[in-house]
Amino acid sequence: MARKIRVLIAKPGLDGHDRGAKVVARALRDAGMEVIYTGLHQSPEMIVQTAMQEDVDAIGLSSLSGAHDVLFPRVMELVHKNKMKVLVTAGGIIPEEDVPTLKKCGIAAVFGPGTPIEDIVKFHKERLKAKH
Amino acid sequence: MALSLKKKGRGNPSRATRRNATRTKKAAATEIVETADRKAGYKNQSWMDTDTVYLPNAEFAYDDKLGLPGEYPFTRGIHSNMYLGRLWTMRQFAGFGSASETNERFKYLLSHGETGLSVAFDYPTLYGYDTDDPHSEGEYGKCGVAVSSMEDMTALFNGIPLDRVSTSMTINGPASIIWAMYLGAAESRGFHKSMLRGTIQNDVLKEYIAQKSFIFPPAPSMRLVIDTFEYGMRNVPRWNTISISGYHIREAGSTAVQELAFTLADGFEYVRQGMERGMDPNLFVPQLSFFFNAHNDFFEEIAKYRAARRIWAREMKETFGLTNERALKLRFHTQTAGCTLTAEQPENNIVRVTMQAMAAVLGGTQSLHTNSLDEALALPTEKAVRTALRTQQVIAYESGIPNVVDPLGGSYYLEWLTDEMEERAYRIFDEIALYGGVIGAIEKGYFQKAITESAYRYQKDVDRRERIIVGVNEFTTDEPLDIPILRLDPKGRDKQIARLRKLRRTRDRAKYDAALDRLRKTAEGESNTMPAILDAVKANATLGEVTGVLREVFGEYREQRII
Repeated sequence: MARKIRVLIAKPGLDGHDRGAKVVARALRDAGMEVIYTGLHQSPEMIVQTAMQEDVDAIGLSSLSGAHDVLFPRVMELVHKNKMKVLVTAGGIIPEEDVPTLKKCGIAAVFGPGTPIEDIVKFHKERLKAKH
Repeated sequence: MALSLKKKGRGNPSRATRRNATRTKKAAATEIVETADRKAGYKNQSWMDTDTVYLPNAEFAYDDKLGLPGEYPFTRGIHSNMYLGRLWTMRQFAGFGSASETNERFKYLLSHGETGLSVAFDYPTLYGYDTDDPHSEGEYGKCGVAVSSMEDMTALFNGIPLDRVSTSMTINGPASIIWAMYLGAAESRGFHKSMLRGTIQNDVLKEYIAQKSFIFPPAPSMRLVIDTFEYGMRNVPRWNTISISGYHIREAGSTAVQELAFTLADGFEYVRQGMERGMDPNLFVPQLSFFFNAHNDFFEEIAKYRAARRIWAREMKETFGLTNERALKLRFHTQTAGCTLTAEQPENNIVRVTMQAMAAVLGGTQSLHTNSLDEALALPTEKAVRTALRTQQVIAYESGIPNVVDPLGGSYYLEWLTDEMEERAYRIFDEIALYGGVIGAIEKGYFQKAITESAYRYQKDVDRRERIIVGVNEFTTDEPLDIPILRLDPKGRDKQIARLRKLRRTRDRAKYDAALDRLRKTAEGESNTMPAILDAVKANATLGEVTGVLREVFGEYREQRII
């Protein structure tokens, strides 16, 4: 039997807004995935290290402080450097015009405020189907 | 005579309706026809069942529950003439980039009729880090203004008459340090401490519960808070030494009832700990203020403010034995709910904010921040902020709402709801007591779990379309977003770091060393930390350096991860 999809929900930087991250974590877990939540105040290095240790299939990055433009690309740099095969998505307060830059560095999707949770669940299931 | 209900297409009247019908003694013959496409048994934001209609309750004890405005238990407001005496303070939360950029925004807001200032600090400042600290990477100036020194604080208020404008500062972990910078900056411009008016948020309990910008463990954090109470009582009598906040608890996903109960429970804890220090609560409690959210459910929010005033007055008088009437009056600031703003069709947010602001005014707020329409997308632009301020001005000067004191007092529904919220808050106080009080409940994750549960439940309601969010899960459009976004000066961080390094190079080293040494000794001992903190910031010790000394002495707090 295929193992469950494993997802790391991560809060990079100093941002303490964890409502969205926790709701997404709960929803993915209720959808049958294994979810690891990093807790707050993680550096990009800490996030990538946890992702490797936990052997996750996906990382969800959440930031509402505006630090996404610096911290998310840093996470992606480390993901590429470590040749990780991992689906990375993002959520939070992210202006539309920042989305192309984030996608260019390898973030698969950006889920803004108001995204139905079901869409996030479906996205992970579809994109990770081949592996499971 | 019983209440008769006729419904189209649906079953029996709800249990709640029947309960109300039997409870109501004097009921008029009322016939209500529900349209078929609305569900019976509407649930408010706290998932409370509400009846279809509310009727007079002959048992309602007016004097006990309401009294006159300005009189105990202050349900109808803390002033007899309310807004006829003075309007609420229009206080827009603002801050981004450098101190001088934010200073311009302050002056812009004041020139457009704002009547009080409110400072948003950036994340590094909230955690007591300087702009050049590695932890500050990516966060400079984004969620607020960067203030790393008394020099920055001086620039922030440059040209603003601090004896005439009151200033609220949203700062918690390092509140005493930021306050000391403000006091020091004001003093250097000739404003004596005794004339300064303002508020430091300083509510560390809700940081552990919801907002999460904590630094130290609970015990030393509480000591710092009580130190500010004591210092303020003696030296800065017109200052609110705390703003006990439900706002962030609600934003993190709690219900209105949880916001009410958790916030008041925190308030009781601060009073208890102040009394344990040996201070007279009749003297320090009048300087405690509150901060609530204004969410979407109009009457539920108004009932929440009224219940809060009544519970606080009763508890202060009857449980804590206070006699100073000023200590019984719950004074509060309100901010409209950021979490209700939608990124979709952002113009609709102006309407939401208007309703929320009206609820705050009808609930008797002392001060109000109205959110800007673009805040689900980015920091607000000048124009968006101005519209938010104009919303308050329209309510103040055009709606007629402030012309009568507590115009909704006596509404059958509102009074029922106020009672119900009070009752439910007391049930939560009992639960908290089972954990040995607020600190025990924080350490065991009670609040955090309760809030996470409510947030998840709410989201599921929205996803199932049991709650409609206009423009999000109903009445949606595909039109692209077309609103301008505020961008920060890309060189701002480098300039700020250069200023900071220059300050470190040029300050009087001996004075600085002596001040930090004194601070360390004070922190290790038991006396009030405020005078030593004030000395340190006046000796140009930076926020990161002062907090650093305290981190070494007190340690840092790590929260357990709860999902």
